[in-house]
Amino acid sequence: MTTKTVLSPLPGIFYRKPSPEDPVYKAEGEPCETGAVIGLVEVMKSFHEVKSDVDGTVVKFLVNDEEAVVAGQPLMEVEE
Amino acid sequence: MVANRGEIACRIIRSAREMGIETTVIHSQCDDDSLAVRLADNAVEVGPPPASKSYLDIQAIVNAAIDHEIDAIHPGYGFLAENAKFAEAVEDAGKLFVGPDSQTIRLMGDKLAARETAKKAGVPIAEGSQSRLDSLEEMCTVAKEAGYPVLIKASAGGGGRGIRIANNQDELKRLAPQARAEAQATFGDGTLFVEKYIPQARHIEVQILGDGSEVIHCYERECSLQRRRQKVWEEAPALVLTDEIREKICASAVTLAEHVNYRGAGTVEFLYDESTEEFFFLEMNTRIQVEHPVTEMICGLDLIREMILIAQGSPLCLKQDEIRIRGHAIECRINAENPDQDFMPSPGTAESVTFPAGPGVRFDTMLFPGCNIPPYYDSMIGKLVVWDGSREAALSRLRRALSELEIEGIHTTKSLHQALVENGDVIALNIHTGFLEQWLSRRQSFHNR
Repeated sequence: MTTKTVLSPLPGIFYRKPSPEDPVYKAEGEPCETGAVIGLVEVMKSFHEVKSDVDGTVVKFLVNDEEAVVAGQPLMEVEE
Repeated sequence: MVANRGEIACRIIRSAREMGIETTVIHSQCDDDSLAVRLADNAVEVGPPPASKSYLDIQAIVNAAIDHEIDAIHPGYGFLAENAKFAEAVEDAGKLFVGPDSQTIRLMGDKLAARETAKKAGVPIAEGSQSRLDSLEEMCTVAKEAGYPVLIKASAGGGGRGIRIANNQDELKRLAPQARAEAQATFGDGTLFVEKYIPQARHIEVQILGDGSEVIHCYERECSLQRRRQKVWEEAPALVLTDEIREKICASAVTLAEHVNYRGAGTVEFLYDESTEEFFFLEMNTRIQVEHPVTEMICGLDLIREMILIAQGSPLCLKQDEIRIRGHAIECRINAENPDQDFMPSPGTAESVTFPAGPGVRFDTMLFPGCNIPPYYDSMIGKLVVWDGSREAALSRLRRALSELEIEGIHTTKSLHQALVENGDVIALNIHTGFLEQWLSRRQSFHNR
């Protein structure tokens, strides 16, 4: 079993939920397949989906909901 | 005090300094080395980078104004510029708000109330709702009377959100609940209304100035080139209008502003149907607009200076017959976006910048070599404005100025404007509010950089 990270494609603010009232896209311990939406990055007032590029189980998130991120920053650890 | 950032903060600081007014600009943590901070006499940090924690934090801004013994606050555009609670908080703190009072902002911010006010003032409005529509049955009845297609709009709306086009009753029944949910989630108010949709309409807006009793207009702008309901390219005057229609539409804007005893600079927006020569009230913006420079160029005015004078309590120093149109002006919004990648935002560092200059060219921007464009805010980084004696000459000048503009390090929409300025329909003014998106969907690439 190897651990891989999903990186932010963009700089901006990372959101784990589609809206404040909704549940998180992915919780720790949940399965995560390639192409699954794991969060949103808000950049310059537009929202972009972040998709997983690995299959496995979510180990943990490396950034908090609504935290500022830079492009290429690891967002989430996945165990393959 | 300027409660804003970017090019508009610089723009306001410049006018204030010319008037001998000491300036203070607010900024977030990531804007501590911005051009606005460099230009202002004083700068005060109000919070972390996300706008909700700085530029939108009413309490932090009002506290800063109190602490720094500020006399007046100019909100610019965007952020809190049309937030009635902010205007009220500024008023309650005993400071001048450079804009209309909070009641006027509240009235015009409620799109349905604004529509009713326009109707009362005798300003033409598109067929549709007289009042809020609570049930789907009511909406269907109103839509049938107005005739399809109709627009479903949120009363609390703004920025195009909550808007749907329904071509028939089935679509209305399907889309109205979506629009209501979106309006509820975005604005905390799901109130909807229905208005007849005018396909291929042109966006015409009238600049007005009021001192609380008298109102004058500074003629109109055409802003039909839009993408996702955001203006991209604006011109003044709107050459599609005959002199007769121009007089009528400007008079309508003045009538509406007089009806609410408007104080400050404002813009009354209309949709214009070229085929019938009819115009319909869309909304009123109770602030300075992004595209105000085209009006300044053709009328020879400084609208920010007029706003400040009005806020100081001066009666209008301009008479209607002193406002005359001279020549033609065009503004291109330069955004940090990649037109070749579906306008993906492109924050980063502007490593080097070369600004266009020469006769009839104005570039309103916050850029300087090495400046950082943060990911947290709007992507607009500059406005290229050109003026010349005729539209044809202004287009030539725009081509020349665009070729001089160089911004390295980030993607920009310069290439979009270079394509537009060569486009036959744009040159012929054969445009409408849906034109740009239709044209973009057919176009593959801009060969950006």
